[in-house]
Amino acid sequence: MKTTELPRWASGFVLPLLNLLTALVIAGLVIKLLGESPVESLQILISNSLMLEHLGYTLFYATTFIFTGLSVSVAMKAGLFNIGTEGQMYIGGLGLTVAMLAFDASLPAILLIPAAILGSMLFGALWAFLPGYLQAKRGSHIVVTTIMFNFIAASLMNFVIVKYLIPEGEQNPSSRPFADSGSMPRLGEWIPQFADAPLNLGFLLALAALALYGIVVWRSPWGYKLRATGLNPNAAHYAGVSISRMIIVAMLISGALAGLAAVNSIMGSTHYLSISFPAGAGFIGIAVALMGRQHPVGILLSSVLFGALIQGGGELSFQKPAIPPETFIFIQGLIILFCGAMENLYGPALLKLLNSRKG
Amino acid sequence: MQPAVEFRNISKAFGAVQANADVSFQIAKGSIHGVIGENGAGKSTLMSILYGYYNADSGQVLIDGAPHNIRTSHEAIALGIGMVHQHFMLVENMTVLDNIMLGSEGAFRLATQRSKVEAQLREICTRYRLDVDPLAVIDDLSVGAQQRVEILKQIYRSANILILDEPTAVLTAQETASLFEILRLFKEQGKTIILITHKLGEIMEITDEVTVMRAGRVVGAVHTAATSKEELANMMVGRPIVSELPRGPWNPGAPVLEVADLQLTDANGVRLLADIGFSLRAGEIVAIAGVSGNGQSELMQILSGMRLPSSGKLSFLGKALPFGKRHDADGLPATFRSLGIGHVPEDRLRDGVIKDFSVMQNTVFGYQDRVKNRWGLFDFKAIAARCAHLLQAFDVRPNNPDLRIGLLSGGNQQKVVIAREVSAKPKLMLVGQPTRGVDIGTIESIHTQLLRMRDEGVAILLVSVELEEVRALADRIIVMSGGRITGELKIEEFDTTRIGLLMGGMHKS
Repeated sequence: MKTTELPRWASGFVLPLLNLLTALVIAGLVIKLLGESPVESLQILISNSLMLEHLGYTLFYATTFIFTGLSVSVAMKAGLFNIGTEGQMYIGGLGLTVAMLAFDASLPAILLIPAAILGSMLFGALWAFLPGYLQAKRGSHIVVTTIMFNFIAASLMNFVIVKYLIPEGEQNPSSRPFADSGSMPRLGEWIPQFADAPLNLGFLLALAALALYGIVVWRSPWGYKLRATGLNPNAAHYAGVSISRMIIVAMLISGALAGLAAVNSIMGSTHYLSISFPAGAGFIGIAVALMGRQHPVGILLSSVLFGALIQGGGELSFQKPAIPPETFIFIQGLIILFCGAMENLYGPALLKLLNSRKG
Repeated sequence: MQPAVEFRNISKAFGAVQANADVSFQIAKGSIHGVIGENGAGKSTLMSILYGYYNADSGQVLIDGAPHNIRTSHEAIALGIGMVHQHFMLVENMTVLDNIMLGSEGAFRLATQRSKVEAQLREICTRYRLDVDPLAVIDDLSVGAQQRVEILKQIYRSANILILDEPTAVLTAQETASLFEILRLFKEQGKTIILITHKLGEIMEITDEVTVMRAGRVVGAVHTAATSKEELANMMVGRPIVSELPRGPWNPGAPVLEVADLQLTDANGVRLLADIGFSLRAGEIVAIAGVSGNGQSELMQILSGMRLPSSGKLSFLGKALPFGKRHDADGLPATFRSLGIGHVPEDRLRDGVIKDFSVMQNTVFGYQDRVKNRWGLFDFKAIAARCAHLLQAFDVRPNNPDLRIGLLSGGNQQKVVIAREVSAKPKLMLVGQPTRGVDIGTIESIHTQLLRMRDEGVAILLVSVELEEVRALADRIIVMSGGRITGELKIEEFDTTRIGLLMGGMHKS
């Protein structure tokens, strides 16, 4: 029988793969134009991101993207395009820092780490609460407010770091380093292959968050109401969902997840708060959510992909000076373009193909 | 004489659905030709092919004997074909004149054109006795007048073949009568009219010939004078329809819903409901009749908790409905549902289902918090068992719980909604337009279901714009117009003319 819709394996797997390939082919053409060999570049890219000694770094970056990707996905399921994950992660970092500065001298690791994690989630959630509240009660569009809040977050953090957090006599716009008890335990302590990599317990936390997200969103009444709100707010209201509360709660969760992304990058690696530390991870979260179609497995795979691009890409531009680091922002852009904005590019053709095969 | 329109072996498929299969018939010049059929019978597809919206997969359309390949509606207009859509294509804050000039204006001399066109329109209005002021703003016109604007537009564009798609769906009886006057005048002037409708009474009253369609095919072509409503209905459905469904005697119990002095004013100060008061008792069906948009929807929204009233006394089973001191109705429908108020919303795709959810997921919609296991997660086993039972009992087709409900026909979607609301065993059932967009076979099963609930002692408040439906179900009828109740009558007093007058806002005098 002819179908008018693609089967799930095709829309969930084949289409994203085709889109990704298209983005890579175009990227390959650009690399060719820059005078380098696309095939060799791809080899360098892959061997420097997915081979064992580099995998630890790739997964470390991926951990951050899982959290930002989840942050964007939860909001997206409620029909909210949260552009503000970047700012929420940034402010989440402040919450973490406040907890660290207050307690890292007094509390042991077993209490300090949870306190810092809670601090990051709390601040991230609060930063997301305001746009959520304004959307729910005042109808201010979430895209507009969260973009604004990114700028406010950047300015606020600039002010706070420069005015209050730079230790006396220092020039670097960053807080003092935290005590060692505030570091997330690295997986290298147990798995020797990851010995040098910053990959830490945060990765396991991210996997747990993915599983919890999957269960809550698809198997609980609350997740059902969340999805109903995103798909059809009128009907959700009919079904007894309090739309404004749902919007606010979804944004709180989204913000808390963005805060968790800060835990990985600060407590897993730098161990101090530095200016602009999210470095676009919140925006990559948007790409991850779009490409992974807000599905736990999809979020995981696309996070690893972006982690590999960052890790392998850095290495590639180091080995091939003709390829500037900006090329990878360009490739990211291509992936977002093909997997997000043009995700259905191959849909009709694939459907035709499937139908003709069936006769 | 050449027929005005001839369809020759028209076929058109959308994916797996054969919307038109080998359709052939002729429409005589200067006649009123009815095309009837259930929803999904292919009438609209055929007209869309004639009007250039779709291209047929195979077959030919002949206009005045000459074959034409009509690819766009511009080509159709050039051939003198005009279409009055069910939903008017008018810009509401522009005048009649500007609406009619839209798309055909000569851009450089708009002002001089305007007075020329205005004179032309006035001339047409006189000739066809269309009561329309070219300078009126569309927003200020009644629905009937807006329809006349659409007709005026088609005449101005010199349409000789006029397609009307369900033209009386939104009209009062009086407006319908005056529309038919206009159509007869048209016919006298030699124009051809194609009337698409599902109202058999209108077919009998005004058409010369009728083509009956079923499942994409022509199943009958008859002279109106030589047929009857019953015969047409049988052809449409393919089997005889029981017009009187069995029901027990009217034997109402205790009052379930009492409404007094209900008022609703919107944010702009427009009064949507004024002084509404009525009561509803267990085991009776009270129908609210009226042209759509006269406050029925707002009333249902208030009674289901979806909207707050401005003021009023509303009690359910002797207790005040818990509107409390709320600022908005957020979450209130859940409370009302737990009190025992079921609601079949009038716009099922907007309110009643989530199109992208599966049939099974939609069977718990609104009741999602009642199907938890001890972990607070969905008890999928119980949901699946309940769904299988409902699909079986309400004959939902296809019987596939995992299909997205958006892929079901309107009638089957509605069966799912009704199954869901009935199975919650409400004490009060609010039913809005239960058979809108539903085919005749399904209408009967939905009506049977509602009558059974009534006989079991449920109080049912029905909103319907179909008088046939009101007559088939109601014990008592309340007529609304302009947000007020303009009359109330028992089913024995059913009288189309009187109800039509009340619907038009005329109080008994």
